[in-house]
Amino acid sequence: MARVVVDVMLKPEILDPQGQAVQRALPRLGFDGISDVRQGKRFELEVDGPVDEAALARIHDLAESFLANTVIEDFTIRVEEVAEAVK
Amino acid sequence: MSRTPLDTVEHAAATPDVELPWAELGLKKDEYERVVEILGRRPTGAELAMYSVMWSEHCSYKSSKVHLRQFGEKAPESDAMLVGIGENAGVVDVGQGYAVTFKVESHNHPSYVEPYQGAATGVGGIVRDIIAMGARPVAVVDPLRFGAADHPDTKRVLPGVVAGIGGYGNCLGLPNIGGEVVFDACYQGNPLVNAGAIGVMRHEDIHLAKASGAGNKVILYGARTGGDGIGGASILASETFDDAKPSKRPAVQVGDPFQEKLLIECTLEAFREKLVVGIQDLGAAGLSCATSELASNGSGGMRVTLDDVPLRDSTLSPEEILMSESQERMCAVVEPEKVDRFLEICEKWDVIATVIGEVTDGDRLEIYWHGGKIVDVDPRTVAHEGPVYERPYARPSWQDELQADDANKLPRPATSEELKDQVLKLVGSPNQASKSWITSQYDHFVQGNTVLAQPEDSGMIRIDEETGLGVAIATDGNGRYAKLDPYHGAQLALAEAYRNVATTGAKPLAVSDCLNFGSPEDPAVMWQFAEAVRGLADACQQLGTPVTGGNVSLYNQTGEAAIHPTPVVAVLGVIDDVARRTPVAFQEEGQLLYLLGDTREEFGGSAWSQVVHDHLGGLPPQVDLERERLLAEILISASRDGMIDSAHDLSDGGLIQAVVESALLGGKGARLIVPDGLDAFTFLFSESAGRAVVAVPRSEEVRFNDMCGARGLPVTRIGVVDGDTVDVQGEFALSLSELRETHEGTIPALLK
Repeated sequence: MARVVVDVMLKPEILDPQGQAVQRALPRLGFDGISDVRQGKRFELEVDGPVDEAALARIHDLAESFLANTVIEDFTIRVEEVAEAVK
Repeated sequence: MSRTPLDTVEHAAATPDVELPWAELGLKKDEYERVVEILGRRPTGAELAMYSVMWSEHCSYKSSKVHLRQFGEKAPESDAMLVGIGENAGVVDVGQGYAVTFKVESHNHPSYVEPYQGAATGVGGIVRDIIAMGARPVAVVDPLRFGAADHPDTKRVLPGVVAGIGGYGNCLGLPNIGGEVVFDACYQGNPLVNAGAIGVMRHEDIHLAKASGAGNKVILYGARTGGDGIGGASILASETFDDAKPSKRPAVQVGDPFQEKLLIECTLEAFREKLVVGIQDLGAAGLSCATSELASNGSGGMRVTLDDVPLRDSTLSPEEILMSESQERMCAVVEPEKVDRFLEICEKWDVIATVIGEVTDGDRLEIYWHGGKIVDVDPRTVAHEGPVYERPYARPSWQDELQADDANKLPRPATSEELKDQVLKLVGSPNQASKSWITSQYDHFVQGNTVLAQPEDSGMIRIDEETGLGVAIATDGNGRYAKLDPYHGAQLALAEAYRNVATTGAKPLAVSDCLNFGSPEDPAVMWQFAEAVRGLADACQQLGTPVTGGNVSLYNQTGEAAIHPTPVVAVLGVIDDVARRTPVAFQEEGQLLYLLGDTREEFGGSAWSQVVHDHLGGLPPQVDLERERLLAEILISASRDGMIDSAHDLSDGGLIQAVVESALLGGKGARLIVPDGLDAFTFLFSESAGRAVVAVPRSEEVRFNDMCGARGLPVTRIGVVDGDTVDVQGEFALSLSELRETHEGTIPALLK
């Protein structure tokens, strides 16, 4: 068993209304010094079996076609628990 | 590497031989040469950005202009027109001191690339056109066209578009009261996402986009400017800067409806306090468009400091700032002594507002960046005096063959059983099936003034609670008819929308249109466009309903295959008291059903020919505009005087489609008798125009017949509201439950 994390973020040039709303709220709540906030999504996938290249390729496919809307979002994939994973 | 020097006007004059990427920005060689001729030197990068985007087909109407003139030349005399074509949106007098502004626009291509955001920002754009006129938006409508219902890509595009429209409109708190959903393989790579909006104001609140009065300040307010929707400007940017950009452009525009809501309130409050001299929303072409149009509609002179534009992305180049299509921005011209109050209102609404320039007494639009003058142009040459093309057009060689392929000769149902099967097939086909799965995702009733919404013939909004004054809007278009005969097809679209408004009891007043066509560089497409515009202008003249504005969307084609020519027509009407409206649903058993108008054997382009035979050929139904006008008068009078309790216009699918819809909505069946002189098939499926079915209470029968007789409208009694079946006597009976299952099951099954 291993956990693969997929982080999905809006592309940098795409407007992020949620991030902006958070950023606008910060000074009101007394948190200064934050010039920009971007909000994204994090998916934690529990993978059966080894996280080998084939598994990562599969996850790349599913992230590209389903988890992220690649017209406006980028994604990154990383393995969190490498206990049983092939290097 | 150091940055290349700023491309100022002086720099441009001193370096005449620098090659600019005009072709990559979409300009033709002769267009670029014209820019050089106008300026007397090569343009700067920023100037080239402005000219290229403002002279694009989308902004300049360069292919369509010569034809669109007819809407002005043939405009009927109308007391109702307060502001005509050419402003952000037309304004119509609806009585009692109220004025209504409305417009339909396209957002086709962005919605194909990114369905949710494309459709959402389409709603945002049309709503800003309405507030730029000083009106409060009260409702939106969305005519949509997608590829084949069972095509996999339709499953990608449609749910995104529907969610985008619903999401943006619901967040703004605007009811969605009408529109259409049509499927046809011709829209596969080119879905049509048109969006319309209606706004209401008092007569004295009308505002026009212009900047006059030297010293007045130019204020940009709303969202910060980012890299949204920048087309070819990135090419210029890469010439100006060597450093890497955040990521490759162009970027999809993302809408923020909550920001737009603030923009609405903030703008209307500024209007209320009479702080605004001129105003313009930022849509396509962003600041390029707003500054050049405001300046050229005023005295001409304006100076803008681009450094003052609030940015979301500090790496943007001046060219990109000028071309950015970031949403939820507006530009206002305000007298100097009122600037403080204007900024105060913006601050109250949490809207960023910045003075970016001022009106000058010259006639040049000058834009500065880092102290250098990067734009120095006559704004009229950017905004209004762009290229105009007399594109060649020719009736396509296949048109005769298409028209000769007569749908009236297709095999018809031979037995009652076949007739019944074809009725079921029709009412369950994607185009004729209930669209409630889609339209129920929109909020119809927010604000509490919605009187009618889908699936009624027109959407209706109450605008005065005391008097019950209301307005109705219907949008229609039939690409199949227009393909067979663009001239009459466009007229049929107008006739249907006009009829739909009248069917609900409102008097049609004015028209907005969204003309969706293929590439104007194809003479066959250009012919379709020319014919459709001529047909629409002629018909508007005859019906007395002027075109107040609209938009043209060309290049809706993939490779050689253009979409069907699809003029979408919106008709706005007024009703003195919305309590008098006529709904589609059957109200009471025992009421008599009358067919108004003449039924002929007309199956060209019909839903029946598509559903049963997958056929498109022949001629569309005949157009008789005088008949449409008479029918409308009868429907309005009958509604006002309480002679009819329900009414439904007949269009695609013919009589049986209309009766099934009225029956299912009312939960009451109908017994129908085939009238003398008609066969059952023609009676049920013909799509002759100028017809409606009405339900008349027995107490009103004589009065109603007398009225039709006196005015010379053919009227035929065809049955009675009764039972829980639709029973065509001597042919077949279908239970409401079976019809409901067929009619309402199709769309959910396709999109599951």
